[in-house]
Amino acid sequence: MFALFPYSLRNLWTRRLTTILTSSGMALVVFVFAAILMLAQGLEETLIKTGSYDNVIVIRKGSVSEVQSGIERGRAAILEALPGIAADREGTPLVIKEVLVLISLPKRDTGNLSHVSIRGTQNRAHLLRPQVKLIAGRLPRPGSNEMLAGSSIARRFKGGGLYDELYAGMRHWQIVGIFDAGNSGFNSEIWGDADQVMQAFRRPVYSSVTFKLRNAKDLDAVKKTIEGDPRLDLEAKRETRYYEEQSEMMAKFLRILGISLTVIFSLGAMIGAMITMYASVANRTAEIGTLRALGFGRRYILAAFLMESLLLGLIGGVAGLFFAAFMQLLTISTINFQTFAELAFRFTLTTDIAVKALVFSLIMGFLGGFLPAVRASRMKIIEALRAA
Amino acid sequence: MLIVRLLFKNAFRHKFRAFLTVLSITIAILAFVMLRTVIGAWYAGVDASSASRLVSRNAVSIIFPLPLSYKDRIQQIDGVHLVSYGNWFGGIYIDEKNFFANFAVEPKTYLDLYLEYVLAPKERDAFLKDRKAFAAGKKLAAKYGWKIGDSVTLRGTIYPGNWDFVLRAVYWGKTDSVDETQFFFHWNYLNETLKKTAPSRADQVGFYMIGVDNPDISSAVTAAIDKSFKNSWAETLTETEKAFQQGFIAMSGAIINAIEIVSFVVIFIMLAVVANTMAMTTRERIGEYAILKTLGFGGWAIGSLIAGESVIISLCGYICGVVLSFPAAAGFKQALGMYFPIFKVESASLVMALVSSLIVAILAAVVPIHRAIGIRIADGLRRIG
Repeated sequence: MFALFPYSLRNLWTRRLTTILTSSGMALVVFVFAAILMLAQGLEETLIKTGSYDNVIVIRKGSVSEVQSGIERGRAAILEALPGIAADREGTPLVIKEVLVLISLPKRDTGNLSHVSIRGTQNRAHLLRPQVKLIAGRLPRPGSNEMLAGSSIARRFKGGGLYDELYAGMRHWQIVGIFDAGNSGFNSEIWGDADQVMQAFRRPVYSSVTFKLRNAKDLDAVKKTIEGDPRLDLEAKRETRYYEEQSEMMAKFLRILGISLTVIFSLGAMIGAMITMYASVANRTAEIGTLRALGFGRRYILAAFLMESLLLGLIGGVAGLFFAAFMQLLTISTINFQTFAELAFRFTLTTDIAVKALVFSLIMGFLGGFLPAVRASRMKIIEALRAA
Repeated sequence: MLIVRLLFKNAFRHKFRAFLTVLSITIAILAFVMLRTVIGAWYAGVDASSASRLVSRNAVSIIFPLPLSYKDRIQQIDGVHLVSYGNWFGGIYIDEKNFFANFAVEPKTYLDLYLEYVLAPKERDAFLKDRKAFAAGKKLAAKYGWKIGDSVTLRGTIYPGNWDFVLRAVYWGKTDSVDETQFFFHWNYLNETLKKTAPSRADQVGFYMIGVDNPDISSAVTAAIDKSFKNSWAETLTETEKAFQQGFIAMSGAIINAIEIVSFVVIFIMLAVVANTMAMTTRERIGEYAILKTLGFGGWAIGSLIAGESVIISLCGYICGVVLSFPAAAGFKQALGMYFPIFKVESASLVMALVSSLIVAILAAVVPIHRAIGIRIADGLRRIG
C-alpha cells in the first residue's frame, strides 16, 4: 500500500506553491480550532486548580456562587464545631470564614472598569491553600486595613500593585504584599481581613465557610450532616467541584463557539484541498495510466492520492499547531459570566488538544482528497495513457 | 464588452473547479458576515439605549445596593423628570439552562420611562394592579408558551426561595431593536417579602433609572447626582444608559476581540483557496499567455485578464454568500434568539465583506500575474509541448 509513498511526497514538493497555499488554508483552521480549545482548557484548569481536593466549601442553599451566598455568624459557628474537620498543630480546627464582594477597579491598560473579587479572609487561609505563596511584601497584620493582591490583579489593575492604595467602601486600603497562587483563580483576587471587609462593605454575613477534612473520603458524611441540619439551610461541596462548576458555562460557550466556527471554516479549507487534488489528478492522467500499466492496482492509486491529500492535511495541522503553541505565552483576562468577576487564564495546550487538532487536520485532508482519489483510481488504463 | 465575455469564459472554463472555488468563497463570506452579526448582536443593547436616560448605581460595584431613600433626592435634582428603580433578581426558571433577564422594577414609572415597551392598555392595567404580576417580552412568552393568567415560579439565587408570579402582560418592542426577552415584576412584591424574611435587605435598590428632560443636559445631571451622594456610605456612579451598557460589554472585551480576530482568519482561508485556484489556472494556461504575447498584447493586458478573472470568481462567491446570509441569520435568530435578542445583518458588514473579497481577488492574482508576465515567449510556447 505504501509503495507509492515517495511518489506522493515528491508530487507535493513539485507543486510547492499549491501545496503551501492549500496547507496554509487548513493550518488556519487548525490554528483557530486549537486556540479556542486551549482557551476553554485554560479556563477550566485555572478553576480546577483553585480548589483543593480535601477542602469543603459551604454556601447558602440555592446560591450558585459565593457572591450570592450568605451565612450568618451563628450558622458559621455551628459549622466550626462539626466533627471530621482537620486541625493544625495547636489543635485549632482548620476552618476559614470568608466574605466575598466585588468592586469596580479600572484596568491599567484601558482604564475600563471591571469587577474584581475582594476576599475577606484570615491569615490562616494559607494553611488550607498551600498553593498560595507570598512573592513580594509581607503578610497583612490581622484586623488592619492592609491587603494582599493576587499577582494577576497586581499586574492588570490600577490600585492593585504593591504599596498602592485602594479606595473602596469609604476606606483606604493598603496593599502590603503580592501573592502568587500558581495558575489558579486566587491570582485574580484581593485578600483582606474578613471583619474589616464585612464592616467596610456593610455585609453582616459571611459568604462561605471553607474547611479541610481530616480524611478526604469523609465528604459524604459531612455533606449529609450539613445539608440535613434544618438550622443551617446550607449546601456543602468539595472545593474542586465548586470551582469546576464556575467554569462550566463559559468553557461550554467557548467550546461550542470554537467547534461550530471551525467546522464551518474547515468546509472552506476542505474545498481548497479538493480543488488541489482534482487538479493534481487531472494533470497526472498520463502518469496514472503508466503506473497502472506497470502493474499498480486501483487500490495503490487510490492510496497514493489519499496519502498525498492526508499529507497536505498533516502539513497544515502541524503548522497550525506550531503557531497555536505560541499562544501559550498569552494570558487572557475577562469577566467570568457565572461569577461576574474578573478572571485571568492562560491558553493551555494539552496532548489531548494536540491529538484532536492533528486528527481534525487529517479528517480535512481525507474528506478533501477522497473524491479525487476515487476518480484517479477509476481511470481506464488505455484512456489514461492516450491522454499523454 | 468582448473582454467581459472573455473573462467569464475564462473563469468558468474549468466549470467544476470554478464551482468549488465559488462555493468556498460563499462559505467564507457567509461565516464572516455571521460573525460580524454576532459581534453586532453583542452591542445591540448599546444601540437600543436612549441618550436621555441615566442609570445610577452603587459606586463600589453593581452588587451593592443603594437605599430607597435616594429616590426622592434624585427626583429633586434639576433636569430630572422621572425616576424609576429596580433590582436584578437573578431567578432561575426550572433549570439553569433557561436563562433570561429578570428584574424587579417599580412598574408604573418603569413603563413610563421605557416607552419602547408597548403593552395593550388592558394588560397594562392588569399588570399594574396585581402585585404578583409579571410582564414578559413577546419572544420570552412564546418560547415557554406562557399565556396571560399563567403562573410561573422562579427559584431565587440572590433572594432565596421560590417566587410565584402571574403573567398579566406581554410587551412587544416599538422598533425591532428592542429586546423582547425580558421578565419584570413588581419591586414591591420583592420588598414586602424581604421585610418579612430578611429585613436587613429590604428597602434597598439595585439601580435607579432616571429620565432627564433632554439629552443635552445629561452630563450636568449625572454630575449633580453623584455630587449629592459624595462621601455618603453609599456613593453613586451615574452614567448614561449607553455608557452603562458599554461598560458591561467592555468587561467581556477579550472574548469579543477574539471573535473579531477569528472573523478575519476566515478571509485568509478564502485568500489561500482563491490564490491556489488562480495559480493552477495560470500554470495550465501559460502557453496561451505566450501566444497572446506573440500577438502583441502587453503585460498589462495579460495582467488584467488574470486579475479580472479572479475578481469575477470572488464576486460570484460574495454575491452567493450575501444572498445566503439573510436566511442564515433568520435561522440563527430562530435557534438562538434567546441569547441574541437582536440579530440583524448590518450593511456595514456586507460592505466590509465586499472590500475583503476584492482585496482577496487582487492579492490572489499577484503571483500568477507576475509569473505570466515574466515568462519568455519561447518558454511559454515550449510548455504547451
